[in-house]
This record gives sequence, C-alpha cells and structure tokens, in this order.
Amino acid sequence: MTTSADTAWDPSKPILEIDHLSISFFTRLREIPAVMDFSCKVMAGEAMGLVGESGCGKSTVALAVMRDLGKNGRIVGGTIKFKGRDLTHMGEEELRHIRGSEIAMIYQEPMASLNPAMKIGAQLAEVPMIHQGMSRADAWALARQIVADVRLPDPDRIINAYPHQLSGGQQQRIVIAMALMSKPALLILDEPTTALDVTVEAGIVDLVKDLGKKYGTSMLFISHNLGLVMDVCNRICVMYSGEAVETGAVTEVFEEMRHPYTQALFRSIPLPGADKNARPLISIPGNFPLPHERPKGCNFGPRCDYFQSGRCDAGEIPMFPVPNSDRHETRCAKWQEIDWLAEPAKRAVKQKAPIGKVVLKMEDLKKYYSVSSGAFGGGLKKVVKANETLSFEAREGETLAIVGESGCGKSTFAKVLMGLETATSGSILLFDENVQSTPIQQRNTDTVSSVQMVFQNPFDTLNPSMTVGRQIIRALEIFKHGSSDEDRNRRMLELLDLVKLPRAFADRMPRQLSGGQKQRVGIARAFAGGAKVVVADEPVSALDVSVQAAVTDLLMDIQRENRTTLLFISHDLSIVRYLSDRVMVMYLGHVVEMGTTDQVFQPPYHPYTEALLSAVPIADTKVIRKRIVLEGDIPSAMNPPPGCPFQTRCRWKSQVPGGLCDREMPPVQVLEGGHNIKCHLSTEILQTMEPVIKMAAE
Amino acid sequence: MLMFVVRRLGLMILTALALTFIVFFLTNLRPNLEKLARTEGSVRMSEEAVDQWIIQNGHGGSVFVRYGEWMGLMPGWVLTDEKGTVRGRCITATNTPETAPRYCGVLQGDWGFSTFFKKPVLDSLGEKLAATGWLMLAVMLVMVPASLLIGVLSGMREGSRTDRALSTFSIASTATPEYVSGVILVALLASPVVGLSPLLASWGWIEGKTLFLGTATSAIDDITFWNFTLPVMTIALYGIGYIARMTRASMTEVMTAQYIRTARLKGVSFGAVVVKHALRNALIAPFTVIMLQFPWLLNGVVIVETLFNYKGFGWTLVQAAGNNDINLLLGCSVVAVFVVLVTQLISDVGYVFLNPRIRLS
Repeated sequence: MTTSADTAWDPSKPILEIDHLSISFFTRLREIPAVMDFSCKVMAGEAMGLVGESGCGKSTVALAVMRDLGKNGRIVGGTIKFKGRDLTHMGEEELRHIRGSEIAMIYQEPMASLNPAMKIGAQLAEVPMIHQGMSRADAWALARQIVADVRLPDPDRIINAYPHQLSGGQQQRIVIAMALMSKPALLILDEPTTALDVTVEAGIVDLVKDLGKKYGTSMLFISHNLGLVMDVCNRICVMYSGEAVETGAVTEVFEEMRHPYTQALFRSIPLPGADKNARPLISIPGNFPLPHERPKGCNFGPRCDYFQSGRCDAGEIPMFPVPNSDRHETRCAKWQEIDWLAEPAKRAVKQKAPIGKVVLKMEDLKKYYSVSSGAFGGGLKKVVKANETLSFEAREGETLAIVGESGCGKSTFAKVLMGLETATSGSILLFDENVQSTPIQQRNTDTVSSVQMVFQNPFDTLNPSMTVGRQIIRALEIFKHGSSDEDRNRRMLELLDLVKLPRAFADRMPRQLSGGQKQRVGIARAFAGGAKVVVADEPVSALDVSVQAAVTDLLMDIQRENRTTLLFISHDLSIVRYLSDRVMVMYLGHVVEMGTTDQVFQPPYHPYTEALLSAVPIADTKVIRKRIVLEGDIPSAMNPPPGCPFQTRCRWKSQVPGGLCDREMPPVQVLEGGHNIKCHLSTEILQTMEPVIKMAAE
Repeated sequence: MLMFVVRRLGLMILTALALTFIVFFLTNLRPNLEKLARTEGSVRMSEEAVDQWIIQNGHGGSVFVRYGEWMGLMPGWVLTDEKGTVRGRCITATNTPETAPRYCGVLQGDWGFSTFFKKPVLDSLGEKLAATGWLMLAVMLVMVPASLLIGVLSGMREGSRTDRALSTFSIASTATPEYVSGVILVALLASPVVGLSPLLASWGWIEGKTLFLGTATSAIDDITFWNFTLPVMTIALYGIGYIARMTRASMTEVMTAQYIRTARLKGVSFGAVVVKHALRNALIAPFTVIMLQFPWLLNGVVIVETLFNYKGFGWTLVQAAGNNDINLLLGCSVVAVFVVLVTQLISDVGYVFLNPRIRLS
C-alpha cells in the first residue's frame, strides 16, 4: 500500500502540505484552541523552521503531523497532507506504517526519549524489523552501520550499551540514528539541541544538515533559537499564540521582516553589536496571552508598537502575500504602511556604572570530590577535580561572566562561594574576610545576605504553597531586616517595585505567575537583604527570548543602582557578550581564559574559546562565522587527560612542539591588558589567529 | 557487588540478633515462666516452689546470660539439685554430665524442646515449614502472574473501561481481609447445603457433595486441587489486589513516559509497545512489593492455616503462643526473621539486574 503511494507521488509537489489546520485541546471546562488556521508547505529536500516562544503551538503542529495529540487534543479543522495523502483521516493501522518509516521524529530530551531498559541496538533495530520485516541479524547490522553514520565512535560497543551509559550528545545522535533507520521522507525535529551544550549542539546541527543533504530528507525543524534556524533551514515560519504570523525564505524573513512580532523578536535577542549601555535590547512589553484569553483580531495587537484600534482588533486577519518574494507571507493588517527600516524610537541609552574596589577575591581555589565507582557501592574511590586553581577578583559594580559547558565546574564554584560546599584548599576573600571554609550554616547573617543567588529554574525555586509577598518577607525575616512586620511589608512592596512587578502580586501564588515573573520574584528575593554579590546561575536560560531581554535588563538596572557585583554564570555567549564586563572561560575545572569582554571575544583566543565562539549560532545574515566543530565529548572530570585538559579536542595541538600538551599543564600567559590565556601556544601563533565572527562587507 | 552483599549480610546478622533478643525477652517475662512452671511441674505449686522450679530449670539469672545460652554464645547452665543429680541445659537423656557439650543453643542446632509437640523444636519446625512452603509456593504461582496481568492490563490504558473494572476488582479484593474472604469462599464453594456446590451436584457436574473441600488438613499428606484451592485462593485474593494496584500505578506512569511516545511514533504497535517497551520498566516497582510478600505470607498464613486447619508454620505459631511453648515460639521467630532478611537481600540484588541504571551504595 505504501509502495503504491510512493510511486504515485510526484516529487515536484510538496512532501508535507498543512492547510488551514486548527487544533484544540478539550478540558472539562472548555475548548482551548492551541493552533488556529495554520498553513505551511515543505517541499522535497527543504528544511522548514518553526520558530516561536513556548506555548505558541509549534510542538502541537509537530505532534499533529504525527497524529499523536493525546486523549484531549483533536484536529478541529483543516488538512495535513503527506505526499498527497490526508493524515487527518487516516486510521491507526495506516498511521503506524507511516510513523517511523516515512515520517520520523527527533525529540528535545534524548535521555527521556530512549527506553532505559533496552539496549541501543535493540531500540534501533526495531524500526526496520517493523517496517521492512527485516531479520533480526540484518537489522542489527544496519543499526551498527547507521550508528557509524551519525559519527559515533566505536559503534560495536554503543549498540550493546544502555542509554544511561552514553553522554547527552551521544544519546541525541542515537535518537537521530533511530529516526534515520528507515530513511524517512520527512524528519520532524522538536528542539533537538535545547538540552545540549553549544559545542555538542554545533556537532549535532552539522550532522543533521549533512544527513539532510545525503538522504534528501525534508525537515520540519522546531526551535526557539533563531540563530539555529538560520543555520539549518531554508524556510522559516514564525508562530505567535497559535498562529503563523510570518513565513518565507530564511534570508528574506531575517533581512526584510514584515511582521512586528518578528521584528520585536530580533530586537530582543543579543546580536553582535548590541551593548548594554549604548544599544540595549528592547524587550517586548506585556505578556504572552493565555490560549483562552486571546484578544480579538491580531493576537499580537496588545503588545505591538504599531497597534491601531478599530483596525488591528476588528476581526480575523488573513495572511497577506508579500509581492516580489519567494512565498513570503505576513499576518499583519498594516504591513504595507509600517516603515520597516526605521530605527526603534525608545532605545534608552544608559550610563555605564563605574567599577569600584575589589569585593571578592579567590586565590588558588580547589574543590575536589571523592566518589566511589562500581555497581554496588564498593570499588575504587576516585577524586573528581571540580575546580582546579581558580584565581580571580571581582570588583564592585562589575559583571563577571563565567562561561563553560556543563561539567566544567562553574556550578561547583558557585556552591563554594555561597557556602553550600567548603573549599578543599585555597582562599576566598569576601570584603576582606576569609570564607572559604565557613559553611553557610556558620556564616553570619550579614555575609549570607550580602552574597545571594538567582537560580536557573524559576519554576522550581519558589515555594508553591506560599504567596509571593510572604516568600519575600520570609527572606527579609531571615536577613533580620526591619524591626516590625509593617516595616518588612513596606520593604517587600519596594522590592516588587524594584523588579517592576505590580504590588498586587504580593498576594499571588507562584503558579499564577509566568516564568519571567517568577524569575523577577527570585531576583527580588536575592536582593532582599541588600546583596552586594549576586551569583546568577543561568538566570535566563529557562525563559523565552522576549522575556530574557527584560530580565537581563532588570538585572543590569538593579546592578547600576546598587553597585552590585554580578557573577553571571552562563553557557550562552551572546548574552555574555552583551552584558558582561569581564569573562572567565572554564574547561574541566580550569580557567582557560580570562580577560575583558573585548579581549575574550577578539583574537587571540584560547583554542577552546575559539571553538565555543564558533559554535554559537547567530541570527544575523550579515555575520560570517568560521565553523570549528569540536570532535568528541568533554572528558570526564573523574578521569581528566594528562597535561592540558583541552588537548583531546584541540585543533591547534600540532602547533605546539614536542608534545608538550600531552605532558604538561600549560602555564598562564599574561598578554597585554591583563588578558590571561592558559595555553602552550607561543605568542606568535596566538597573534596569527583570525576572528571567528566577522561582519560581511555591507 | 561482593562488598555490598557482605555489608548487607553483616547488617542482617545484627538485625537478627536484635530482633531475636526482643522476642526472647518478651517470651521469657516472669509471668510466662511462672505459667511454664505450673504446667511443667504441678498446677498447685506454691509460690516458693515456682521460684525454686524456675531457678532449677535455668530460667533464673540475667536475661542476657539466658539469651546467650539459648543462642549458644555462652555455656549452658549446669546445676545440682537437692537430690544431688546434676542437671543442665545441655544434659539430655542421651548424654551424661561428663559427655554433654558445653554450648548448646540455636547456633549449635539445639533449638530446645517443644513442650507442645513433645519433640525437639527443630524437627517439628522443619516439617511445618515445609508444609507452609508448599502453600506459599502455590500462592505465589497464582498471585504473581494474576496480579501482574491485571495491573498491566489496567495500567496500559488509564481510565479505560477495562481499567475501571479491574481496578474495582483489585480494590475490593485487597480491602477484604482473609478471615472474611475465607469464610465467604467456604460458604460459596465448599458447603454441601449453600452456595454453588449443591447446584453443581444436582446438575451432576461434580462427583462429590462439594466443589472444593473446606478444610486442608488432608493436604499435609497429599496436595490435591480439591483440598488446596480454597486456602490458596484466600491468601492470593488479598495479595492480587495489592500487587495489581502497585503494578497499575507503575504501568500508568511508564505509559506516559517519553520513550513510550518514541516507540509509538516509531510505528511500534500498541501490543508491542506494552510488551517490549513498557513491561520491564513497569515491573521494577512491583518487584520490591512482590519480594515483600514473602515475609507477609509467612505471617499471613496464620489466619488461613487456622481457618482451614492446615498444620503449617502459621498454625504452629498459633499453637505455640496458645500453649506457652517458649522454645517453639522462639524458633518460629528465628525463622521469620531469617526469611524477612533474606528476601530483602534478594530483592535489592534483583533490583540491580532489572534496572540497568541503578547503582547500589
């Protein structure tokens, strides 16, 4: 049956054609429309990017194509045609033949997507065994070959391993391999790299692009990351609140956007050239509308600068085709009147805060953990060197960014500073006081309230059964702030003002708040005791792009006002470049490079920084980026390589004579301007390095 | 692995010592000993004579010393009574004070003499334990497959009609205590006057008067379907409901996992999703519960064995308690402690093999 359809299908027609699709979820209370009037076409060999913030319905579209909307979800209108056949009216049995064989999916969290109790090989081999009736031995042989195809080392070992024995990047390669087992015509990728590190992400993206070319697979690529979409896709579809608002070829949409939401999105992400003082980001005002509270007319209307009442909220707005373009369409009633080239009006230029005296000084800080190996607890004791000889100082009013991939020791360092762990050796001087071996329980209230933390995930860090106001007052009580309840209540309301939340929020429960609002509460709590040093551990990575800008700006404003020292831990180099004064790059517990933001983002680089920079996708068509893809995974901190920690993945290793990298830990070279690089490369070679990111000539 | 087992074994021995000591202390309280004196000596003994008897029979002195003697960690008591005969813990009819061993306790294999059975505790316990072993085996064979099947069937489609029907059954069965379900089963299936049996007999479908036998006494010598079904069903019914609920909870959780979606979107059919992808993951949690059923069974049989007059371990425990047979009671407790600890060890080790992610430490 499938074969006859294959032969009947004409390759010049679209592989996937979604036409006026509407999807709703049904609860006991009401029908919640998740996607409305969504149309798109994916041609053979084309990669379509689906972009939007969380809750905009992009994943729902993907699941609708798979016809896996769960018990409550239903397609209430429109058609989804795959190779000319309508998927919306297909029976279970027919769908089963298409799933996995002609349409395959790659998921966001590779660990959760693989069966923990089945061997990799068995999970892969299952696909051809079901769809092509292949024998077990043949299927395993094919699995082995595909595993090699997705560039995994030692495929024989891997197909006999269980998922938990692989790293995150390897797991995602397995999920990709699984999707490729039966050479599907369409591949749906749902945020495939969001859970991965940037250097790993770069490898996965390269792989996906190559495989797309090699097998001619069409792709539906779902992401919130515009840079990534530009890297992978030919076409893009921007979604907002259940609707497609703009669609077209990637370069066209990026260069000549014709919808205010797309424009606002680009203005809120930190592209090279943005600067926290001279050219700050512009966040999108207001909040994402809830599905059952959507406004009449244009969904983006209430947040739009060009909103015109009586016109934008009059009724349904259709997609308007943009003339002289490659299928470029926009859902904006006023698109022909808006001057798209005009500079944004309200860019408020801010004063740079002066940098004061040293408040925090670390010297030769070391933190080792000892862990045991072996399945039943016994086995050898091993030492994990989470932090090795960390030395730096941070000044008042300064933003120091700490950058590195997961497992590089940046969170351990934060824990030691906070007093959640004590240092193995070395010293931490906080306001001229030694705190390296004082756990948090023994620190006095002053020290505790002056060093505070903003956590990564605002969803888990607020007590779900306490009102927002109560949580902040609780912090004030602990910091012994104010003498009476009225005092503290007043201070709490001031803090809400500080983080730009309405005072009425004091009585709300955390579940009534959006992610960005929760993070603001987290910030208010951190600043409750007048914190002098704030450790922000990936404070915006769990938030949507439009909210990220607002939260980072808030942090910057509070910092300017209070002259706070901000230690900004992040893996997102774009945001680091935007807001930090100095940057410290960490790899496997070592600081490999440290300097001002300009020094670190310009050559000479440490080879790791160079790779890291090149791995970050940038959503700007004018930027030319050198591709350096790191091979392999980060070595385990339990078993670091001898000599230089980065030598196993370094592309400059051959430039160092005498195999020095294999044997000796590199010395810290101090270049001009106090720029530190921990590398064996000679100064001459470092000087020859080219910048990774270049602006194309206009 | 080896280190883990060794550590666990050490911990087990400590637990066993503590538990047996508590039981020893409680069974050897003064009133119990007085009762023993009166049953062994004479009912009309004076207070002084009772005191005398207790001391003469080695029940005087510190409870720790007596525990040590019973355990075989300390030399057994030796006393010379007023008639000049030397009596002692280790001196029996077969040996003399000179040839008697110094130590005789649980560790030496001397578990004492049962006053109820009139023979050594170890002998009678062994044979009763074997009888209960058969009962437990039969129960497990019925209970585990049935409960897993019910749990998986109801858990694979949460909220479906099958799920609701099976859940109702398992809640009802686990909410009915054994002394209730046992009586109902007997009335329904094993009475010649009420229930199903008279009907079936009048139709000529069964040969005897009843479908099943209401007592399992004869099963000690010869286990048949006829005499063994009711006690097995009574115990199993309760356990089936319990394990099925656990399995269902675990199964519904697994069925919402992302890797199940992956499998479904690979085109795996629903049956294969359940059998190949969900089952092993869903069985991890019930496995512990099933292993916990062994000690529970050992004690749960008390009611059923008494109800059906099946002379096994539970029945023995009841008789020992009722007849103040201290040695027998102690023997039962040693066995129970041992069974609990060994099944827990097996459960922990088995867990590792079922779940490749688990690391024990």
